[in-house]
Amino acid sequence: MAWAKKILRVNLSKGTCASEPLNMEWAQQYLGQRGLATKYLVAETDPKVDPLSPDNKLIMTTGPLTGTMASTGGRYSVVTKGPLTGAIACSNSGGYFGAELKMAGWDMIIFEGKSPKPVYLWLENDKAELRDASHLWGTTTWHTEETIKAAHQDPQIRIASIGRAGENGVLYACVVNDLHRAAGRSGVGAVMGSKNLKAVAVRGTVGVGNVRDFKAFLQATTAAKKVLADNAVTGQGLPKFGTQVLMNVINEVGALPTRNANDVQFEGARKISAEAMHEKRPTDGKANLITNAACFGCTIACGRVSQVDKTHWSVVNNPKYWGATGGLEYENAWSLGAANGVDDLEALTVANMICNEDGMDPITFGATVGAVMEMYQMGVLKKEQIGIESPFGSAQALLEMAHMTAEGRGFGKELALGSARLTKKYGHPELSMTVKGQEFPAYDPRGIQGMGLTYATSNRGACHLRSYTVASEILGVPVKTDPLATDGKPDLVKAFQDATAAFDSSGTCIFTTFAWTLGDLAPQLDAACEGGWTLERLAEVGERIWNMERQYNLAAGLTAKDDDLPKRLKTEPAKTGPAKGMVSGIDKMIPEYYKVRGWTTEGVPTKDTMKRLGL
Amino acid sequence: MRVTFKLYAMLADHLPDEARRTNALDLEVPPGRTVGQVIDEFNLPPKLVHLVLVNGNYIQPGDRAGRALAEGDVLAIWPPIAGG
Repeated sequence: MAWAKKILRVNLSKGTCASEPLNMEWAQQYLGQRGLATKYLVAETDPKVDPLSPDNKLIMTTGPLTGTMASTGGRYSVVTKGPLTGAIACSNSGGYFGAELKMAGWDMIIFEGKSPKPVYLWLENDKAELRDASHLWGTTTWHTEETIKAAHQDPQIRIASIGRAGENGVLYACVVNDLHRAAGRSGVGAVMGSKNLKAVAVRGTVGVGNVRDFKAFLQATTAAKKVLADNAVTGQGLPKFGTQVLMNVINEVGALPTRNANDVQFEGARKISAEAMHEKRPTDGKANLITNAACFGCTIACGRVSQVDKTHWSVVNNPKYWGATGGLEYENAWSLGAANGVDDLEALTVANMICNEDGMDPITFGATVGAVMEMYQMGVLKKEQIGIESPFGSAQALLEMAHMTAEGRGFGKELALGSARLTKKYGHPELSMTVKGQEFPAYDPRGIQGMGLTYATSNRGACHLRSYTVASEILGVPVKTDPLATDGKPDLVKAFQDATAAFDSSGTCIFTTFAWTLGDLAPQLDAACEGGWTLERLAEVGERIWNMERQYNLAAGLTAKDDDLPKRLKTEPAKTGPAKGMVSGIDKMIPEYYKVRGWTTEGVPTKDTMKRLGL
Repeated sequence: MRVTFKLYAMLADHLPDEARRTNALDLEVPPGRTVGQVIDEFNLPPKLVHLVLVNGNYIQPGDRAGRALAEGDVLAIWPPIAGG
């Protein structure tokens, strides 16, 4: 089977590292990665634990296909209780770190306690030890990676680390691996920082050789790769234009949240789109986009590699930002750009670099800046408090706020709270575009109704990656549905949520689902792992995981009242576009969703549902 | 009558050079011109004509031949694409 069957348990308080067997009974019920690590968290921690206390645990986890030759099989997740939301946090990342961890012979690392001083975990196959990281504390993820690789004299080491944001307790700090990839949402990096854990550095040469039926696995993965290659989206659209191609689409359909969701269309959208990234700049004759890039084992390669104009005001005196770097994805271009009314592509690329460099979730950071700019426009916040004039559209204010948040200085300490806490502090909680304390991403629920239900019911707070109904409502995958209709959306959202939970537990990337269904994933898993993995079984595992996460949140103190959208989306109609005059129909969809889920009218899984799912 | 015609991603290659930096072209068309006729006129490869919007509203493949454009309409077309 493709599980390594081994967990590394690291007690940071005691400074110990111990190997233990993976619970294979649980692996049959929860598969791996998101599902299996959540099961461990549920079993080992009190859901009411303070997320930033030593009693919280942080789990880095792979799936059974991580490190194998399955396409996109390089994913890992960071699972913990999130400080931004007080809910379950599970952040998924690509790059190469996850595969390296698996190839070192580990399925999962469970961190518990808190180190008395900054440390990093050094893993070389079986060898695991905590090393002093005092010299790395107070430095960026980029510096940390470079320094650890140099110290071990091995450029092939893979590293996941936190930047200064994670050290400073920015509530949306992320864990960055391979310089530009991140377990981005819900503040998993702040939990890592609270444990004085600066980085995990891995070198794995054991490999992942123990697949159940290698011949069948070769056939299944080859067939699945052909499906990706033959599909116009995963074979052509994503590699060439990346996720950023959506900027003009979502603007055209009137669902691009703009200026803190005051508008649903942004007049500057094209200037920050995929098409703009391909164009030669008049200043230096070069395009923002250099090339695309792939994570471990990926045959799609949607990643962006960009280089900013060295003469741009934001970097002209700062050569460290002149090199090739992770470029803008759609979410980042939206959150740093449209959400604040900023249309300067170069400035957005730099802001994104700062988020990578110091480990901050650009979605929450950007959306928080949007709330600050609105409060500035209203006169609630003044230049003297923020430190800079901050009207909507100011790229200077955006970049200054990025620097001050990353460095933990001045008003950056307020921005570090995220928009829910910050707007409440200044008396305007209605200006926070959040669900369960987490900022919603780049799709306005007034123009894409299913995404409203997706945000409201996401177990980790507002998120597009828990049920990406945009695929159906806008892009027609697998079937086209009406984005302005609420009928049928509860069933659609449930189906997406359950399938996504299964994919997130496998070690593969959710972007495969533009071409794959669970029917394409099942034969790969079944050839890799014992257990008779079928489409039906995976759907059941996905539903089990969803309900387990829900139970965790309820036990943590969340209720049905937390399954709601910001007031603005329910009371202020879209001003333009196809959804003009419309608000979100969330109040109509929620009761039907609870029914479809087999939950009570209070949003609690019924005994029958729990029994059916073996929970 | 005048309509705006937008082509994105790989389809932008079918726009005249001067329109590529905006992805948009102002078109003078006779009244009654349909979405399908504009698509044919620009020789757009059928496989790349995937997401067809008029004023942001999706037009089903079967409706394109009969969907007449009106003064001021915005017709925008994308090949198969996705994001996240």
